[in-house]
Amino acid sequence: MAGRQTTTYERITYPVDWLEERSGLVGGLRYFLYRKVPGDTNWFQTLGSATLTAFLSQAITGTILAMYYKPGPATAYPSILHITNDLWGGWLVRGMHKWGASVFIILMFLHMGRVFLFGAYKYPRELNWIIGCLLLTLGLAEGFTGYLLPWDQTAFWATTVGINLNGTAPFLGPFIAQFLQGGTYINPDTLPRFYAIHMLVLPALIFSLIGLHLYLVVRLGVSSPPWSKEAAGTGPLVPASQNGHSPGLKAGATDA
Amino acid sequence: MQTSSDKPHVPGPSLWPAGLAVGVIVMLVGIVVAWSLVVIGAVVAIVFAALWVRDVLRGSHITEAPEVEPERRVAAPPAAETAPAAVAGGAERYPRSVFLEVSTLGLGAAIGGLITLPAIGFALGPSLLNQAVPEADLGPVTNFPEGDFIATTFTSNPPEGIVSRRTAFVRYNGLLEQLPSYTIISNHCAHLGCPVQPNGPSVGKSHTWRTVTFQQYDPSGFGCPCHGGQYDIEGNRVAGPPVRALDRYSFNVKNGHLYVGVPFSVAKVVGTGADAQIHKVTYAFPGEHVSGAESWLYPIQPPHDN
Repeated sequence: MAGRQTTTYERITYPVDWLEERSGLVGGLRYFLYRKVPGDTNWFQTLGSATLTAFLSQAITGTILAMYYKPGPATAYPSILHITNDLWGGWLVRGMHKWGASVFIILMFLHMGRVFLFGAYKYPRELNWIIGCLLLTLGLAEGFTGYLLPWDQTAFWATTVGINLNGTAPFLGPFIAQFLQGGTYINPDTLPRFYAIHMLVLPALIFSLIGLHLYLVVRLGVSSPPWSKEAAGTGPLVPASQNGHSPGLKAGATDA
Repeated sequence: MQTSSDKPHVPGPSLWPAGLAVGVIVMLVGIVVAWSLVVIGAVVAIVFAALWVRDVLRGSHITEAPEVEPERRVAAPPAAETAPAAVAGGAERYPRSVFLEVSTLGLGAAIGGLITLPAIGFALGPSLLNQAVPEADLGPVTNFPEGDFIATTFTSNPPEGIVSRRTAFVRYNGLLEQLPSYTIISNHCAHLGCPVQPNGPSVGKSHTWRTVTFQQYDPSGFGCPCHGGQYDIEGNRVAGPPVRALDRYSFNVKNGHLYVGVPFSVAKVVGTGADAQIHKVTYAFPGEHVSGAESWLYPIQPPHDN
């Protein structure tokens, strides 16, 4: 410090530099946000981050709804009415969660369609396609378990039908159905069970798999669209090791 | 596993893990169904696990992974850098480090198992064990005139509250060999469990006895509003997606009151009223076939309330 005068800029960024020196987190974040992508990516390739945003919105609104929702056969429906009609802003947050659920599911399918039509599931990204399929399944399970929570007639009978659909699966179906409803019929334990699965089990799995999904996206790079001249070798000649397509792989092995 | 060569290695194909998996599954099913199955499953699992471990220790099946040519499309010049040379040989392994490695992993697995198994057991057990439901009192038998269908709604398990409200269509068939005969048809559709409705007008007003409500109907059959399943007056499927007849309840008459007991499933009913032949089977979930070749898809039923 004594040796030279610090500039204003250095004084302002000092906390960031302090953090970076001790954790490397700033560099990591910069690497994640400023990594290079193929020049001919387009808007369709934002569907993945849109899906992530929709999920985060569900996580946040769901957490806040959990502060007011009371799972239990006698309390669930009254607490839903309370949230919707009495609490300030409750109608908005519950509406965001309810309609956001559909947005999340729709975006997952659109993102999946983009990956399929662009052929972005091919080598070396097969594992990320599989993780995506698991995320789709978990997302649909979120929809199924969340549907029971309002505990009205629609919720009850739709869940009855859904559980019995599971029950018709060969061999293990009856066991799955009985596990889901916590007994031979829907009973007082079913609602808290669905609530726990909906807000603890499935979100934990989804968060973990999203982490893996993003890790693989960063490791393998973003794929070029199928019409890409660059990827076909007729565009500007830039070695893949320099244009950042594939930090984890040897040049020439990527760009499905 | 020693990697003396820089080629990737894969274990050769082996059937032992499949046998181990079968053994574990038989064991888990046995916990619910019968203890003898647990023993059989345990023996199968141990034998196959031992065979698998023997195979792995021997290492004879380790083969080099097949060479797969990666897809190449970029015309860019290949990067000059090469992969760093593989570390030559494996560092010498001392028995003490091997012991520490194995014991750390083993202790970790044991502690993990001690914590995980009770948790999983608690998640699964209550939904599969002790499913008995008490008899429900439907009130004096005078509420059920001979030959009339009474839609009766009752609380099947009072401690559970209104979630356990059930509706059954009750018809008194008169005496059969000096004993009262009742037809008690569950309103749970045999397709996916929606509440079936009587196809016909209600007769008179509904009345109640304690928490039980009665409403007489004059139905020509029963129909489901969800997916259109149709049944005749004895609960036989006549149209739509259901796979069997409507479920029924066993019953009991004590001190002039009608009690319903455990429900059971019905493949089909031949005849009507007191003379009907009911092809009775163990209670099965809606949508499960209970007769014919498709019923082989459901060889084991979890313990229901009976």
